[in-house]
Amino acid sequence: MLKACCQSILNSIKTLLANKVRSFLTMLGIIIGVAAVIIIMAVGAGAQSLILAQVKTLGTDKVGVLPGNSDDDGPPTSAMGIVITTLKYEDALALNKKINVPNLVDVVAYSKGVATVTWENHSYDTNISGTTVGYIPVEGGEVAKGRFFSEEEETNLSRVAVLGSTVKEELFGDSEAVGKRIKIKKHSFEVIGIMKERGTVALQDYDDQIFIPIKTMQKIVEGVDHLGMIRAKVDYEENIDKAIDDMKMTLRDQHDISNQSGEDDDFTVRSAAQALDMITIVTNALKYFLAAMGALALLVGGIGIMNIMLVNVSERTKEIGLRKAVGANNKNILLQFLTEAITVTILGGVIGIIVGVLISLVIAIGANFLGYDWEFIISPWSIVMGVGVSASVGIIFGLYPARKAALLEPVEALRYE
Amino acid sequence: MLIKVKNLKKEYKTDEIVTKILHGLSFEIEKGEFVAIMGPSGSGKSTLMHIMGLLDSPTKGEYFLNDKNVTSLNDAESAIIRNEQIGFVFQSFNLLPRTTVLENVKLPLTYSKDKKNHDKKAKDILNRVGLGHRLGYHSNQISGGEKQRVAIARALVNNPSVLFADEPTGNLDSKSGIQIMEILQRLNKEGNTIIVVTHETFTAEHAKRIIKIKDGIIEDDSPVKKQRIAKEGSILK
Repeated sequence: MLKACCQSILNSIKTLLANKVRSFLTMLGIIIGVAAVIIIMAVGAGAQSLILAQVKTLGTDKVGVLPGNSDDDGPPTSAMGIVITTLKYEDALALNKKINVPNLVDVVAYSKGVATVTWENHSYDTNISGTTVGYIPVEGGEVAKGRFFSEEEETNLSRVAVLGSTVKEELFGDSEAVGKRIKIKKHSFEVIGIMKERGTVALQDYDDQIFIPIKTMQKIVEGVDHLGMIRAKVDYEENIDKAIDDMKMTLRDQHDISNQSGEDDDFTVRSAAQALDMITIVTNALKYFLAAMGALALLVGGIGIMNIMLVNVSERTKEIGLRKAVGANNKNILLQFLTEAITVTILGGVIGIIVGVLISLVIAIGANFLGYDWEFIISPWSIVMGVGVSASVGIIFGLYPARKAALLEPVEALRYE
Repeated sequence: MLIKVKNLKKEYKTDEIVTKILHGLSFEIEKGEFVAIMGPSGSGKSTLMHIMGLLDSPTKGEYFLNDKNVTSLNDAESAIIRNEQIGFVFQSFNLLPRTTVLENVKLPLTYSKDKKNHDKKAKDILNRVGLGHRLGYHSNQISGGEKQRVAIARALVNNPSVLFADEPTGNLDSKSGIQIMEILQRLNKEGNTIIVVTHETFTAEHAKRIIKIKDGIIEDDSPVKKQRIAKEGSILK
């Protein structure tokens, strides 16, 4: 049985080789389809890994609070660029109390803006982050020179600034910055520290900003009294859900919201993990959509195969008649043509996989060359899918021509010219 | 009794029109005979051969091969009998293109239950038809006469009970035609039953018995008084 099977596959390959150009053209649709599926899956996985890695460096033990309510899965309203003023400095203080949320290590409140900063005749546009002293405990980062501002400076409207490394470079170049006075929106600030270079993570440039005490930011620079967001660090990842619940209750208490269902909330508490899930959902959707396009290419390839097989059957009608005359039954003929169709598609599938993997590899190498931390991921599923789909295409689209061949009347077939 | 045909009828229906090809033929053929079925084109001789070769089935009547009623077998059953008991030689050779002589001869063996010694069997039979030196040639690299000898070898490779030859010399020049008839006569002498279908009296006279068919009935069925012996030099019209 196995020998007969091998024999018929060998015969199919012989037949295919006898007609190289046609066989290749038949395979082309399958090659392109399978390669497309592999590349799309690999690029999708690579891009996903890139985004996820970036988000993960932000820390999965972080919880963010944004002003405004939101659906569970949708983005918070504040992300749409609408300014909501419901989040206050006092909220951050309340969250930071162990009585309210025992699982939080520390809390940082933000009020962000953009401003032109000048020192002597140098000026530079950068991000101004008004933060609390909780910044380093929550977000990480190190002071390279000087110091970060103190709790006292946070509340007493001190005009002190800590520069990100890019800002220091742009304004001061190689000269000493700590102790100098810079101007932010015409307000004079003393530089008390320089942050260590940290790079860009999740599209956020850590180095291109200036940190000043939050009260100073609100009262002197921006003239507001609300917060942009609050971020908190949870002691252990497994406590995140509990911490989120505690935070919500604390904020409802702060804002006099009695409805505990969350409907009346004027804030959104969300963990980095939830944000990750959202990103994954979006990138997955994109990936599957593109894979479906690849599958469409496979379908077209399959129809091409059916076409060629039909031509093949009518061209070889006489051969079919002869085979029947020397003892082939309908099943033999059916299997012969089906084997040919499946051989063509599987061969095409294998070539497609090789082409797809190679192109994905080139993309990954290229992306890494450009400095992205791009992982070369070929999921076993895409290989299984590639071979499986191409074999099914062979069976489905080979069956009709093969059946047509098998049911030819021997006499009619022999007479065929 | 090798072949027994009883009141064999064949008609084709296309739409409402019924075309009668064979009108109730009856005859018997013994093992070892060399029979020519002769008749003009349209007489039904090819249809008769197709029915006897189990490539077609009669509308009415019965057909016994080796004392077994094979009138109405299904596809798989008749395929086995075609494979094991019947050999065909066609006017247009019907060799597989882009395939070697040896592979062509082995073709019936691939559908056979016997899975052993395919190469040896094919080579032996090719030697018997004088083509032992052409094993590796492709079917398009040999002459017409050689092609027909390959076809004969293919027909005989499974050692069938009967060999059907449909106008075996029809596509050949007279010299090659003589060679083919010579081989058929030799095979008959060696004990093979041979049935040649032809419209030529000259070819038919190489057989030992001629069944003449005209308009679907047997016009005459008698032994050849003086069998022509095919040898180099005799001329095939």
